[in-house]
Amino acid sequence: MYSAIVFLPLLGALVAGGFGAQLGARNSEIITTLLLGAAAVLSWVAFIGIGFGHTPMSVPVIANWINVGSLKIDWALRIDTLTCVMLVVVTTVSSLVHLYSIGYMHEDPSRQRFFSYLSLFTFAMLMLVTANNLVQMFFGWEGVGLASYLLIGFWYEKPSANAAAIKAFVVNRVGDFGFALGIFLLFALTGSVSLDTIFAAAPGIATKTIHVFGMDVNAMTMVCLLLFMGAMGKSAQIFLHTWLPDAMEGPTPVSALIHAATMVTAGVFMVARLSPLFDQSPVALSFVIVIGGLTAFFAATVGLVQNDIKRVIAYSTCSQLGYMFVAMGAGGYSLGIFHLFTHAFFKALLFLGAGSVIHAMHHEQDMRNMGGLRKDIPFTFWMMTIGTLALTGFPFTAGYYSKDAIIEAAYASHRDGAVFAWLMVVLAAGMTSFYSWRLVFMTFFGTRGANAVAGHGHGDDHAAHGDDHADEHGAHHAPHESPMVMLVPLAILALGALVAGFVFKNAFIGEGFGEFWKSAIYLAPSNHLLKDMETVPGFISLLPTLMMLGGFAVAWLMYIRYPGSAARMAQSNRLLYNFLLNKWYFDELYDFLFVRPAFWLGRLFWKGGDVTIIDGLGIDNLAARIGDVSGQVVRLQSGYVYHYAFAMLIGVAAFISWYLVGGVH
Amino acid sequence: MFGFGILTGLIFLPLVGGAFILTQDGNSQSGAGNIRWAALLTTLFTFVLSLVAWSRFDPTTAAFQMTESRSWFGEGLGYRLGVDGISMPFVLLTTFLMPFCILASWETITVRIKEYMIAFLVLEALMIGVFCALDLVLFYLFFEGGLIPMFLIIGIWGGKRRIYASFKFFLYTLAGSLLMLIAIMAMYAQTNTTDITVLLHTHFAASMQTWLWLGFFASFAVKMPMWPVHTWLPDAHVEAPTAGSVILAGILLKMGGYGFIRFSLPMFPQASEYFAPMVFALSIIAIIYTSLVALVQEDMKKLIAYSSVAHMGFVTMGLFAMNQQGVQGAVFQMVSHGLVSGALFLCVGVVYDRMHTRDIAAYGGLVKRMPLYAVALMVFTMANVGLPGTSGFVGEFLTLIGAFSANSWVALFATSGVILSAAYALYLYRRVIFGVLDKPSLAGIADLSVREIVLLVPLIALTIYYGVHPGPVLDASAVSVAELVKSYHAALDLTKTALLLPGH
Repeated sequence: MYSAIVFLPLLGALVAGGFGAQLGARNSEIITTLLLGAAAVLSWVAFIGIGFGHTPMSVPVIANWINVGSLKIDWALRIDTLTCVMLVVVTTVSSLVHLYSIGYMHEDPSRQRFFSYLSLFTFAMLMLVTANNLVQMFFGWEGVGLASYLLIGFWYEKPSANAAAIKAFVVNRVGDFGFALGIFLLFALTGSVSLDTIFAAAPGIATKTIHVFGMDVNAMTMVCLLLFMGAMGKSAQIFLHTWLPDAMEGPTPVSALIHAATMVTAGVFMVARLSPLFDQSPVALSFVIVIGGLTAFFAATVGLVQNDIKRVIAYSTCSQLGYMFVAMGAGGYSLGIFHLFTHAFFKALLFLGAGSVIHAMHHEQDMRNMGGLRKDIPFTFWMMTIGTLALTGFPFTAGYYSKDAIIEAAYASHRDGAVFAWLMVVLAAGMTSFYSWRLVFMTFFGTRGANAVAGHGHGDDHAAHGDDHADEHGAHHAPHESPMVMLVPLAILALGALVAGFVFKNAFIGEGFGEFWKSAIYLAPSNHLLKDMETVPGFISLLPTLMMLGGFAVAWLMYIRYPGSAARMAQSNRLLYNFLLNKWYFDELYDFLFVRPAFWLGRLFWKGGDVTIIDGLGIDNLAARIGDVSGQVVRLQSGYVYHYAFAMLIGVAAFISWYLVGGVH
Repeated sequence: MFGFGILTGLIFLPLVGGAFILTQDGNSQSGAGNIRWAALLTTLFTFVLSLVAWSRFDPTTAAFQMTESRSWFGEGLGYRLGVDGISMPFVLLTTFLMPFCILASWETITVRIKEYMIAFLVLEALMIGVFCALDLVLFYLFFEGGLIPMFLIIGIWGGKRRIYASFKFFLYTLAGSLLMLIAIMAMYAQTNTTDITVLLHTHFAASMQTWLWLGFFASFAVKMPMWPVHTWLPDAHVEAPTAGSVILAGILLKMGGYGFIRFSLPMFPQASEYFAPMVFALSIIAIIYTSLVALVQEDMKKLIAYSSVAHMGFVTMGLFAMNQQGVQGAVFQMVSHGLVSGALFLCVGVVYDRMHTRDIAAYGGLVKRMPLYAVALMVFTMANVGLPGTSGFVGEFLTLIGAFSANSWVALFATSGVILSAAYALYLYRRVIFGVLDKPSLAGIADLSVREIVLLVPLIALTIYYGVHPGPVLDASAVSVAELVKSYHAALDLTKTALLLPGH
């Protein structure tokens, strides 16, 4: 059964990719969606069996992969509660996104390719979450990176999509650089890359000092920091986040599946999976909590001023991932995974809802050209409102349980950096509420195009279609509600966004903690976080809700009560506004620091190093003398080629002669 | 057969094919057809024969197998052949790639087809000879002899600057191998034998080792090629016909790495240990420097050539890490690179045959008209980038994990190569395949023909197969490498104890 969950999506990818032309688009869509649906059903069965039943954890080995000396790597599926949570998240959202895409992509000429990529992504993600060793995890890790690259660049005729795809892959590789080094170091320390062996060796590593990269450091801290670098890349944490907003160049269902619900949470999953390592390195966890807090805050500030509907949600995702890492850093692995779980529902809902808006607006993405849509697309409006309530943590929705718990955990934690992180996430909670409601107000309230900007942002999503909408402005059409095949996934996700927190709270982070997680999450004896959270004062617990109300109130004032005040505020604080609008100038900085120097160095090494120095002083110089030609090119007659060949033969003959004479002495 | 073994058969079978082609008339239509088919069948038979050899190969022993020995030119110099777990994969790689070269030249080579095919068949014989030779002089003859047909292939059937390129290729490699020749003579003067099996168990004095090591290094470093003696490779690749590039990248470059494993490491362990930091440094420079250079190339073949230099940097790094993962990883990386870079050059050949330019700027948006080609190139690009699940990953990963155990700094710098390789490979892919197909010259470009599909599909299959199941190659070399690593460290320990003993 477990193999079926993982390999059914691969089958779908191969069928749609290999035989899509013969099958036709519709059949490819149906086949991949059905296979994903089957995987989702099986995942829920596995989830209930492992998490709430008595099915024991198992690790079926599929085949041997790499076997070199003491290094033994298997293809295996590690099935425990943590895996099952991820299986459910991945297959559920993926199958809904498949279904939704049937409607969303209906006018695209290469749907087979799209569905094949989606299924391929799902397969790689499932390999990642079922990995029983770090190298298989790395396989899935880079596999989802490939799928993400292909899907961001799906509309390959758009230069911006191509650039975003490369950026995503290369920035992720920067993270993978750390991940790989972490694997190497663990192998050097334990002689293995298998999780069980590493976990067993963890106490020894935690107390060991090693000499690596010219420093004497605690082995566990070094391991965790290196591995966390991988997590930062994949989960778009600050400094390695720049690819995520650009990734919105991909079709919207891709953003929902990969860049909200699943792939970007792989870093969070990794830390939880490796909790036996991380929980024994206070330094690494402090680093994690600071990075998480910083990301939550930074992304939220940028989200305040963005005008592209997808980019607002992208920064929101980035920010929420920061929350999850704050939970991890505090030692609340189950809290982070719980937020991952609920976030998957409401963030996928928001993205797919945004997709429905974009669909209705004929591929318009700029919120300044929207407005008043609640009458035209009421169902989408209500779904988006549910998603927003859940995201902002409205009482009894999913986010209320998971996000507020993280804020409490940051307060309750005694780790270095926890106070900073707590401050960051509290502020971010207010901003989250503001930008989320701003999105709703700008899109669904007011009048259409009240803030319209000319000549901007139309047809962004559209370049590759080349169909009848390409030269018309979205706002000139009457917006239309999306077809059923797109609305049903929204409804299912909305249900999840409403009840997932309430239903699963007890198991994930409450009384049922031990019984649910079993051995999947490790807590050091000194980790009392869940207990400490019970003693958090009442007003602290209330704070997130107050921040949420405050954010709502400000958004209401600025966009409903006094429309136009936002623009005036931006005008009077030009510097700050531009700083936020330009995303703290990270892209410009990296371009200056890394991209341009790389090309400059490449040219220097090529023209200066290879051509001028190595060839100029060496071979060309020699060649020029021999050929008696002053120019750079040696103009020899082609007949000379034979002369050289002949000279070589003579050389060989001379050698054998020498040998014969010398050999018989 | 006539008292000779299967390895002799492997070496001479291509020559027999070549002799048959000699009798054909290359200028007539039917004669040219006969020549093509004869060459293809010869290489296919050779491949089948090598599979037979593989089936007889016993991977559980480190000893040389299928050995043959005949005296030749007196006592010392002998005709000695044999394979072990390190050379067997290279023999197979050679015989496997040759039919692809013949097929890749099927339509594109129109002048002097007869001489062309003969050159390739002679080259195949010599390359197989290099990997099978168990005599130092025999090895040298095969090693240097291979220069001649390659030199002719570039110089006669090459591009516009073929004379410059072949001249450069020739000067570099000959200069290197002359130094090796001197080292070989010195070894013979010392031991009175050129039998490799004997030399492998001969201990050379430390000072002697240093000079011998440098002599061999000069030749192997050029062949690899290592920085800074790599500049012949981009030129040679650019000017060589497609099949020439495939052989150059696929097999000739591997001779350097093979030479290190066969000679430098086991025969001169002390010198190898002494020079290892230098090799590490050159490997790291190769990886970072040439990756950056690859990033700014405007010629497709040159870009792939530079990326080859970077990938060979992983090989030398893994070899001199001298542990099981590093050396086996290096062997695997060479085999994998042989497949992947060979395939990449075939892919360049596909569009070159259509447009007669390798200029990256002349392409763009090919996926629109060539979806199959786009898929094939994507697979090989990803293998070149070292994506897990392709064969490229296994070699890179193993060499890096081996290097980390030897020296964490080396692994740190070398691992940055995975970032750079992603940058230059995807940047190339984007410029050629993606974007809008708006160049009028590309408007009528056709997707892969049946012949090209036949060429690329086996390579795609192997690239992915070895990516998820590298066992066949790894297991073949495991025991031989283990023995090599063991005796290497034993030799080092021996000298250490000798130094500690009083009175020495």
